[in-house]
Amino acid sequence: MDSAVEKLPILFLCILLYIIVLAIPSVRKNGLRSKLSPLIPIGAFLFFLLGFDGNKQTAVLWSHDLLPTQLSFTIDGLGRLFALLITGIGSLIFIYANGYMKGAKYTQRLQSFLLLFMLAMLGVVLSDDLIMLFIFWELTSVSSFFLIGFKNEDEASRKSALQAISITGLGGLVMLGGFIILGEIAGTYAISEMHNPETIATITSHAWFTPMLIFILLGAFTKSAQFPFHFWLPGAMKAPTPVSAYLHSATMVKAGVYLLARFSPILGDTPVWTIALISFGGVTMIYAAFQALFRTDMKSILAYTTVSALGIMVFLLGMQSSDAIAAVSLFILVHALYKAAFFMLAGTIDHETGTRDISKLSGLKTAMMPLFVIGILAAWSNGGVPPSVGFLGKDLIYESTLAYPGLNYLLTGVSVGTNIMLFAAGLLVGWMPFRGKKISHKNLQLPAPSLWVPAAVLAVLGMLFGLFPSLINDSLINPVANSISGQPEDIHLKLWHGLNTVLYLSLLTMGLGFLTYLVIRPGAGMLGFIESAERFGPRRILHGISHGFIGLSDWITKILQNGKLRIYLLVILGFLVLILGYVVLAETTFTIDIDMLTNITIYEVIIVGILFISVFLTLFSGSRLAAVAAMGVVGYTLCIIFVFYSAPDLAMTQFTIDTLTVILFVLVLYRLPRFIRLDFSPRHILDGLVAIAVGALMTIISLEVLQRMPEREISDYYALNAYVLAKGKNVVNVILVDFRGADTMIEIVVLSIAAIGVYSLLKLRLRKNEKME
Amino acid sequence: MEILLAITIGLLYAAGIFLILRRSMVRLIIGLILLGNGANLLIFLLGRISKGKPPIIPEDSKVFLDAYADPIPQALILTAIVISFGLQAYAIILVKRAYRVVKTDDIEEMITTDEI
Repeated sequence: MDSAVEKLPILFLCILLYIIVLAIPSVRKNGLRSKLSPLIPIGAFLFFLLGFDGNKQTAVLWSHDLLPTQLSFTIDGLGRLFALLITGIGSLIFIYANGYMKGAKYTQRLQSFLLLFMLAMLGVVLSDDLIMLFIFWELTSVSSFFLIGFKNEDEASRKSALQAISITGLGGLVMLGGFIILGEIAGTYAISEMHNPETIATITSHAWFTPMLIFILLGAFTKSAQFPFHFWLPGAMKAPTPVSAYLHSATMVKAGVYLLARFSPILGDTPVWTIALISFGGVTMIYAAFQALFRTDMKSILAYTTVSALGIMVFLLGMQSSDAIAAVSLFILVHALYKAAFFMLAGTIDHETGTRDISKLSGLKTAMMPLFVIGILAAWSNGGVPPSVGFLGKDLIYESTLAYPGLNYLLTGVSVGTNIMLFAAGLLVGWMPFRGKKISHKNLQLPAPSLWVPAAVLAVLGMLFGLFPSLINDSLINPVANSISGQPEDIHLKLWHGLNTVLYLSLLTMGLGFLTYLVIRPGAGMLGFIESAERFGPRRILHGISHGFIGLSDWITKILQNGKLRIYLLVILGFLVLILGYVVLAETTFTIDIDMLTNITIYEVIIVGILFISVFLTLFSGSRLAAVAAMGVVGYTLCIIFVFYSAPDLAMTQFTIDTLTVILFVLVLYRLPRFIRLDFSPRHILDGLVAIAVGALMTIISLEVLQRMPEREISDYYALNAYVLAKGKNVVNVILVDFRGADTMIEIVVLSIAAIGVYSLLKLRLRKNEKME
Repeated sequence: MEILLAITIGLLYAAGIFLILRRSMVRLIIGLILLGNGANLLIFLLGRISKGKPPIIPEDSKVFLDAYADPIPQALILTAIVISFGLQAYAIILVKRAYRVVKTDDIEEMITTDEI
């Protein structure tokens, strides 16, 4: 049967194709290609809305016997909710971005990155294979790097993008380790095949279970910005607002939550899971909510409330009760709706007034009535005021904490505290800029519809779902809960539960939240205090590591690449002496068979003696001319040695070349300065030792080689055939010009190149600005 | 005699290396020349030396009748001498040009492209 999940690759290909279309540079700003881009997510949204019900569908598209991993997609309630959020909110974001980026440069580039991100996100929530999930996971990190750093001429943007990719990338790598352990334990990399009770028992009882779980949790916690890894998310607010609204409300940061929800039925029923999720989630939600209260930048407030909301989701996933699962299933949707609306609101206000600082904004209500309504509706849902859908979500949270055995007072207290602060923070964003006197921004007008209608859609939906929970109860939320718990759940969302503890807690939250809002006055003083708490933790460590790396490579470069020829040579020669010396000492016999050698005559000793004296003169002469002359003498003595030992051609060549070199030297160098006279120093000793070591090594090697019989097969061939084949009697000459004639021709070419170089250097006339005078 | 020549090779290598480690460009080039000489002598010695038997076929014969010195090392060294002359000539002229531009032949003052 041709199920809808098998059509997924076609959807992916379509998105990919449009990414390429967008990536081709355009001359016009806001051309047709970017205007049409919202059609892609809208189409995908309809595909997921109409093509699937909440039932699970899996399709293996490609597999290979030799690979444990396969190309397979699965879609169930959880995957479908996320796919709908990604494409649905994505559609609104694309419409919004078209308005927001109007007249701005690189709109198409932004949209192609956004589409790439959407593709990656869909891959994460629809992959059934662990390795594929990881690849898409990393792709979200990479594409979000480009999105966060989109204003690439701004240093803070680049820094934030790097920070985000390093923390999520590191977390992703650790997670890959966890995935591989999990896949090896379970014997399969397909998540859908891990659900049967025996496999779960194998996994949870395995010796490597705890490290594996910690690895996977680290991946999820870094992605979903859990304390103490949360700092990258507020930093990521440097991105253009459509990006923040998309990545940081509904999608990217929820990938970690998605991962936990996905593995909840497999790994969830263990103490490590429960303890880790409840403690990290709990600390994150209350700490970030507190941080949010004292911010003045609207996006900053929203970032911290997002971190807090993610903490709530992790916290709920840790509890594992039916109520908690129902709560998290609903809360994923609730949060996406109001948070994306808030972000778009903040972006629009920033776009119109040029500031997002709530202490500077006031009285926007008269000019921007629709925005005010959106703000109130979103704050309503955020604060859990009936009849919004947020009220339903908060009720379920309180129900699950109250029912948690043993710790119900503590957990309920933390939840209520968090919600009070979130309530106040919501009002700071949704209400505060609109009330009060109209002090500035005289010429404000209602912005273009594309800048507020998308947010309005989300805000109204938040209200609608609250009034009519049956719209989402069976079609969306219940299937999600089924996926998270791994067994059929029975959820009945309703507004009115009667007069019970939960309702009183809700009323308490609203009352205290409103009071907090009235008391709180965000300003520079509190901001500094709050910021100081953020200086510690992994951000420090991360900075330390990156600075350490820079320092280390700086240090190594300064030592190895210091630009001093002497150091380079010493390093090379030192290694040569060590390695060659080791081999020579290990292999050499140090015995010399005197009989094999030729006799010494007195005139040879004299010649070699002259050579020795000349070498020392060359070494230690203070006069340049004397050194060059002594060097010439060395050449002539060599010449005589060649004569002694049957090499007339060599002697003639050496004589000619040596003479030429000395003449050239004298002609050219007489205008150079005298040798630099340096006092005797330790560097002379070191250089001398290295030089003597190399020299001694060469002596030992040559003596050692002389102990072996030479191989003369090739020489004999040349000697035999020199006259027979080449009609020449001087064998050396015949080899050079006949047998190896091509080599000699190349040599001539090399010499000609050197000659051209010499000639051009001599003829070179510098332009004025190249001279030092 | 081979022992003496082997020591000579060691001396030429040692002297050449000591000179290329110095700061003066002129000494660097002299060091390179000495190193080249040492290497030539090394090849020559390792091809085995023999007196009075050049690799030249006698006037009235088509092949060698007697023992003869190995022609291959000689051919190699001949090539090496000529090539090293190319290198030396270029290096000498380069030093001269460099000196005219930067007014120094101290290698350690030439480590930067900026003007000192």
